[in-house]
Amino acid sequence: MKLSALQQSYLNRRSNSFRGSAQLDSAADGSVKSPAAVFWLVLHGVCCLISLVLGFRFSRLVFFFIFSTSATNLYTAPFRGGTPEIAAHLDVRSTPVTGTAESVPANTTALMASSTSRVVVGRHGIRIRPWPHPDPVEVMKAHQILERVQREQRALFGVKNPRTVIAVTPTYARTFQKLHLTGVMHSLMLVPYDLVWIVVEAGGVTNETASIISKSGLRTIHVGFRQTMPNSWEGRHKLESRMRLHALGIVREQKMDGIVVFADDSNMHSMELFDEIQNVKWIGAVSVGILLHSTDSSTIIQREGEEEATQIPVQGPACNATNKLVGWHTFNSLRYAERSAVYIDDRAPVLPRKLEWSGFVLNSRLVWKDADDKPEWIKDLDELDRAGEEVESPLSLLKTTSVVEPLGNCGRQVLLWWLRVEARSDSKFPAQWIIDPPLDITVPSKRTPWPDAPPELPSNEKVSVGSQTQDQQINKHSTKTKTPRTRRSRTKRRHDIKVIGVQASTLSVSEQRN
Amino acid sequence: MDFWKLGFFGFLCAALVLTIGAVELGRNQPTERISGSAGDVLEDNPVGRLKVFVYELPSKYNKKILQKDQRCLNHMFAAEIFMHRFLLSSPVRTLNPEEADWFYTPVYTTCDLTPNGLPLPFKSPRMMRSAIQLISSNWPYWNRTEGADHFFLTPHDFGACFHYQEEKAIERGILTLLQRATLVQTFGQRNHVCLKDGSITIPPYAPPQKIYAHLIPENTPRSIFVYFRGLFYDVGNDPEGGYYARGARAAVWENFKNNPLFDISTDHPTTYYEDMQRAVFCLCPLGWAPWSPRLVEAVVFGCIPVIIADDIVLPFADAIPWEEIGVFVDEEDVPKLDTILTSIPPEVILRKQRLLANPTMKQAMLFPQPAQPGDAFHQVLNGLARKLPHDRSIYLKPGEKVLNWTAGPVGDLKPW
Repeated sequence: MKLSALQQSYLNRRSNSFRGSAQLDSAADGSVKSPAAVFWLVLHGVCCLISLVLGFRFSRLVFFFIFSTSATNLYTAPFRGGTPEIAAHLDVRSTPVTGTAESVPANTTALMASSTSRVVVGRHGIRIRPWPHPDPVEVMKAHQILERVQREQRALFGVKNPRTVIAVTPTYARTFQKLHLTGVMHSLMLVPYDLVWIVVEAGGVTNETASIISKSGLRTIHVGFRQTMPNSWEGRHKLESRMRLHALGIVREQKMDGIVVFADDSNMHSMELFDEIQNVKWIGAVSVGILLHSTDSSTIIQREGEEEATQIPVQGPACNATNKLVGWHTFNSLRYAERSAVYIDDRAPVLPRKLEWSGFVLNSRLVWKDADDKPEWIKDLDELDRAGEEVESPLSLLKTTSVVEPLGNCGRQVLLWWLRVEARSDSKFPAQWIIDPPLDITVPSKRTPWPDAPPELPSNEKVSVGSQTQDQQINKHSTKTKTPRTRRSRTKRRHDIKVIGVQASTLSVSEQRN
Repeated sequence: MDFWKLGFFGFLCAALVLTIGAVELGRNQPTERISGSAGDVLEDNPVGRLKVFVYELPSKYNKKILQKDQRCLNHMFAAEIFMHRFLLSSPVRTLNPEEADWFYTPVYTTCDLTPNGLPLPFKSPRMMRSAIQLISSNWPYWNRTEGADHFFLTPHDFGACFHYQEEKAIERGILTLLQRATLVQTFGQRNHVCLKDGSITIPPYAPPQKIYAHLIPENTPRSIFVYFRGLFYDVGNDPEGGYYARGARAAVWENFKNNPLFDISTDHPTTYYEDMQRAVFCLCPLGWAPWSPRLVEAVVFGCIPVIIADDIVLPFADAIPWEEIGVFVDEEDVPKLDTILTSIPPEVILRKQRLLANPTMKQAMLFPQPAQPGDAFHQVLNGLARKLPHDRSIYLKPGEKVLNWTAGPVGDLKPW
């Protein structure tokens, strides 16, 4: 590598200083040191020290600035460095320090040849703005641009003429209702098409359900059904079927146009389901994943060999090689036959029916009283109601099942999952899940993790429910949310609560007994 | 006199203004047709408009070089090889040199590769010179015009300057023997020594099979705002930064590495092509040379190219209105890149995407095998056809010599 003049001079000076120090060494008894040698030695030492501290670049930079010739190109574009000094020097230094002699004439020839060009060959600075971080206004604008682009994409490549989705959900007020219904509600809120949500509630319309679905912002139709939900799964399935038929009756009455989806409240739906069902013409079937509540392995009868491997927990259409519907996959319930749940709160697997309602989607025109293009294989809805027997699945509406369209890549895609999980029948929960003191006296439930009865408290306090160990944490949390004004009084009370809480169960139960 | 000049100039401007009409609804996306004042230039068919004669050079200039290293077929300079193959079987080829408009010399100057795959240009001037000496001694057509109706493919970094370092390339300048010929090259920068007037700029080669193998469904929403994968600092050759890409890539990194809108890194993900299809903007900054294969990839994948290279001349600039399609950012404006990109109105962005979705646009950037109508091969031929008919002045009187055969560095004069 060719050395520049200044580097040459630097090296010479270094060697000078070494020679100087050699002289010093030889004349150890204090002979006259040449001042130049001393000066260079000192300077060299200082620079070494600075190099150690700040890095090689700084010392090179200092030397360059001291000894720079006129034949350097300093690009005077505005530079800013980052906070570390080294980086600043990295940016500010814009000259070819490894400046080979040939680059200088090259630069000048470049300048001569490209007299009208503003592009110059050579080292440039790295331009960094003073605050190289995202600007929130820009980020928002960028997101709006992305949203617009995606909207355009959906308009171009998505479903043309999307139809309204009519979701039918049978439900009833119980502990797990909030969990299940919130899940369905969030899924429906994400659906990018128009949606009508028909919620049929067993036992009549209640504020519980109304309060949950009112937050959705969707168009909802909340109707009550005269009967209360029975305690057995058998009864529940039957009642749910009747509730769904009731909802279909509403669709018929109001002549709603769209695609009917049976969104059971404890099921989980994927977004692709709603995109896929837009393809249905009259009646379609999708594959439903069957999720059984986990149980002890002792309840599952272990069969030898092949049963294990073929057990795919899916219900749905079965197709042959040419993608034509030839049959149905159903869930093999035999393994669980001995120990399946009978009552809603049994700790045993809940088995699905042969074919669940949720696996079918209908064009709402099928249930209309008089639609011109209704196909002839559809039975009238009124006939089914009058028949009185249980309608197990929408297939009962059809005279022939071969007209069902298999959706989701002919059933190969599982688009929703069926699950049934409920609490004990005697489990209680606060109305609308708001703890409004004073609590009624509750019957202690052996399985709930919190103490059987709340500790005795002054009336304007928030009741702290939680196990003894969690008391402090919850109290801390509640104190944080209150105004500081009351904090002092609160902490005093907290100690009281702690003391009481330890003996909560025995004390308050005894009080209640009195 | 001035008035007429002004009027003529004004008329020329008006005639050259490209008009874009939103016309056809493509099978998937409404696209806009790019049309020049003379009609759809990209869709012109060169067959019948020109005739090309391909010199038969001994295989040491082409086949043997390729046999030594098959990697030449896959790197971004492979256009020279595929152009040769295309011309051999194209209807524009003529076996009668008397009726030819253009003469093509198939010499693969960019096929001497390092173990890493980068071409070494050191022997290229000698190779080219040797080839020209051959054709000038065996056929009379070179001497007739001293190469003015010949064209050569020089797809290397700085074209016919035959060097990868810009300073050295500028020093060498274009090979003296090619001073009168038409050069078809990937390099293009205004007011640069290595871009001759009348050169045809082509896109770098990108393997079409690889591109088509990585297409994703068109309805996948574009959720990345700005995308870039590549080096910001070339640590091997320019450790401190400032030389590589004139500091522009480093500036992009330093300014936007913390910005969640900018998906930029030096990774080599396997999903590179898929990610480009999920991005709205793709950065195409300069590297050691201003051109980049990212432009081709961005156009094919429908990602709006953001070109950060001052004074760059883009491929087929006379046929493709790059201003309408891409976003040009000056190197000094890189710190404001996010402001620039977010201040583009959404309608303009959608229009650029519609223009990019035009299949003729995508086809014009690729070199498919076998050749298809409207692809880059045909655009080159269109460009050559547009330069016809040759001016009478290129034909030299017999014995007249314009080029200096002994000019240039001494090393170039050695035989190859």
